[in-house]
Amino acid sequence: MKLKVIGAIAVLLIVIGASCQSDDQIEFKRYYSAGSLVYQQHCQNCHGDKGQGLSSLIPPLTDSTYLKNNKTVLACFIKNGLKGKITVAGKTFDDQMQADDIAPLEIAKVLTYVTNSFGNKMGTITLQQVQNDLKNCK
Amino acid sequence: MRNLWIGIIILTLFNACKSNTKTALPILGYKTPVTKTVNGKTVTDTEYATIPPFKFVNQYADTITEKSLDGKIYVADFFFTTCPSICPVMHRNMLNVYKEFKDDNNFRIISHTIDPKYDTVPVLKRYADKLGIAGNTWWLLHGEKGDTYKIAKSYLQSVSEKNPKGEYIHDGFFILIDKQKRLRGTYEGTDPAEVTKLIADIKTLKAEPDQIAAK
Repeated sequence: MKLKVIGAIAVLLIVIGASCQSDDQIEFKRYYSAGSLVYQQHCQNCHGDKGQGLSSLIPPLTDSTYLKNNKTVLACFIKNGLKGKITVAGKTFDDQMQADDIAPLEIAKVLTYVTNSFGNKMGTITLQQVQNDLKNCK
Repeated sequence: MRNLWIGIIILTLFNACKSNTKTALPILGYKTPVTKTVNGKTVTDTEYATIPPFKFVNQYADTITEKSLDGKIYVADFFFTTCPSICPVMHRNMLNVYKEFKDDNNFRIISHTIDPKYDTVPVLKRYADKLGIAGNTWWLLHGEKGDTYKIAKSYLQSVSEKNPKGEYIHDGFFILIDKQKRLRGTYEGTDPAEVTKLIADIKTLKAEPDQIAAK
């Protein structure tokens, strides 16, 4: 009996210890894993499973500098699509990306996934940020 | 009862194929027994479905017919340049096939556009350039919609008009055709593993005696 109690307490301590991540970390992981599913459904066909894009037709998502410089308009790109010339990873792209009117929370999740995959590391892109950015879309 | 027999036949064929040692690819498509008289003897032979004659225009505005593919093993697929769904995946995978065989003048890839209204010859040329393909290994073919949809059936492919959402529904298969214009394999073009198998199968096919002999 005594052993069982000690055992139960030990297990409990391990569980608490393991779950002792900060709220931020937990939120990041939630966004990131949900975002990977959104990515598979909405982005992967064109941008590829490794964010590699397709030749000069579809830009890769591996250009961290481009993503950082355009951080506040990425949400608008998804919601409204993208037209016109852009330069990504040293190449010019001039095709159209279709608009994808998904919920702001989905945008936040998928952006968190993209900006922390394929060699990018930009941290969580929160719902709050996405909502603000969407207000300022051109 | 009839269905049962068909089922048994299919199962038998399936098992027959499985037990074959893999030196030759199967021949797909409808088969018709043909009885001929050769040297005074009556011989029954099996005739396999072949791709019928056609006439399309490629990205260089050159006319391409079935004769352009004489003596060539080729892979066919159906796409359109503004396709947001499976086409980019298909052509990302097809690029691997292209890279593997682009120096082989007896090999071709043909991609039929199912949206000829938008995908004019200049649009196809631009797509080819941006995809990074050059030369004559990979032709993007433009033609009358009816002709394209008709030839799709010969490749056992299903393509159709735009649905109410403005999307074209089409299969994403790569079809392998031999020098006798017979169907030798179908591969899910969106699956990298299947496309790797296609590349291996092309090598197997190239080594078959009646492919080496054919011109």
